[in-house]
Amino acid sequence: MAFNLTYKPFGERAILIEWPFEIDEAILKDIMRFKESISQKKIKVIVELRHAYNSLLVVYYDVCRNYKKEVISLKSIYKSIKKKHDILSKLWKIPVCYDESFGIDLEYISNEKKHTKSEIVALHSKAIYTVYFVGFLPGFLYLGGLDERLYFPRKSTPRLKIEKGAVAIGGKQTGVYPSESPGGWNIIGNTPISFFDPKKEPHCFANAGDRIKFVPVSLKEYGDIKILVDAGVYELESEVIND
Amino acid sequence: MIKVLKPGFYTTVQDMGRFGYQQYGVPVSGAMDLYAASVANMLLGNSANNAVLEMTMTGPTLQFICKSAICISGADLSPKLNQQPIAINKEIEVKEGDILSFGKMKFGFRSYLAVSGGIKTDKVMNSRSLYQGVTLQSTIAKGDELPIELHSDSVQEKHAGLKIKTNYFDSKEIQVLKGTEFDKLPKHQQELLLSQEFTISKNNSRMAYQLEQELENNNLESIITSPVLPGTVQLTPSGKLIVLMRDCQTTGGYPRVLQLAENAINKLSQKMAGQVVTFKLVQV
Repeated sequence: MAFNLTYKPFGERAILIEWPFEIDEAILKDIMRFKESISQKKIKVIVELRHAYNSLLVVYYDVCRNYKKEVISLKSIYKSIKKKHDILSKLWKIPVCYDESFGIDLEYISNEKKHTKSEIVALHSKAIYTVYFVGFLPGFLYLGGLDERLYFPRKSTPRLKIEKGAVAIGGKQTGVYPSESPGGWNIIGNTPISFFDPKKEPHCFANAGDRIKFVPVSLKEYGDIKILVDAGVYELESEVIND
Repeated sequence: MIKVLKPGFYTTVQDMGRFGYQQYGVPVSGAMDLYAASVANMLLGNSANNAVLEMTMTGPTLQFICKSAICISGADLSPKLNQQPIAINKEIEVKEGDILSFGKMKFGFRSYLAVSGGIKTDKVMNSRSLYQGVTLQSTIAKGDELPIELHSDSVQEKHAGLKIKTNYFDSKEIQVLKGTEFDKLPKHQQELLLSQEFTISKNNSRMAYQLEQELENNNLESIITSPVLPGTVQLTPSGKLIVLMRDCQTTGGYPRVLQLAENAINKLSQKMAGQVVTFKLVQV
């Protein structure tokens, strides 16, 4: 399916391409195909391609002097995309400890939502989430697929410090804080897995289009995995999926 | 080597930035005033991407453990070598044991110290720019030892002149292009945005400058999280404007009403809380 795209200049040396304003897997796939087609052309003047839910930013090496010409060339690449282009992605199984020592907002959500804590954990760990893109902080994955029954508003006053690895719910989204930072999401657990490592390639194991499943572990298992992660020998479980 | 005796108010190591890692959510970083940093490098015959020290408001006290040549550009923080005032925008020879210190801020907000051959701290993800979470430190600290190359030749007579722009420190006019959501603003708000004076708030850092005055009657809705760049001006639901700077996040959900021209980011980074700016629309 080809979408009706809009092209806009973004500053002096970037072009923003936009898809319909929705969060939708069909849009994500289309963005990724377009991104892949542009990078296969190895266009020298393009230094970076970056996408989000419904947008792709094309950053040029220098000031974009002929904006119209660049847009025409991008449009012709979009037209030439092969429809049947398989995208290989991975399903990552992320161990999460939902113990209340980590899940400091579980009780509050449970009271407000009239679901038991174990129901919340079951709903959160049953779903398979799609990675849309990485942004906000190094290694922060924007995930789609949170069960509607777990939608919960962000805190009106953000916490000044949220632990690295905190698994949280903010509005219609769920995610993992990849490093200690301030934040307004509700904390329901913690993972010992590192989502960003400046010293290791790849810096972030998950790519856009990949899937994430959270696997509940006990406090004891959490501690055991953490020792292996810290020693750099933990092997994260994953499966290749073809869709 | 350079030994840090006092770190100053906020001193960091910066090069031109960390490129190609924004897909992992890593900020670009790099010198806030890229123009001043490149002037300091160029006057020493360095390459533009050599790492420099970015010194904010109050400079550090540094001791040179080896002979070198230095050049300071950008803000004038009254630099002194062994207590004697030295000029900015000029190559200066330093000897082993010399102490570089700074005094009163005369103009600008961020000053750059380049050393011959550049500062050789470790590169992380292809850049020496400090950023907490990517590098271990976010600023230099007392007792740090910054590796530099031994500078062998003495200062050479330079025959080529370099005209350095200094007018950008005084002017309050910030050149902008329309942001990707600019056209969604009602006409009177577009006009206000481009005519009103805005004061830089205390909430300003390498990540973003918040402006004090609110844009009235803000009805613009949030967008679905989308890419942002240094120089993107976001409009929050309360009507506050946030100008993203070099250490900004890679994506955001507030409407992007303006985008600073490249040289306007340099200009704004030389301004501090309480100073006033106006936005002027330009064509590329």
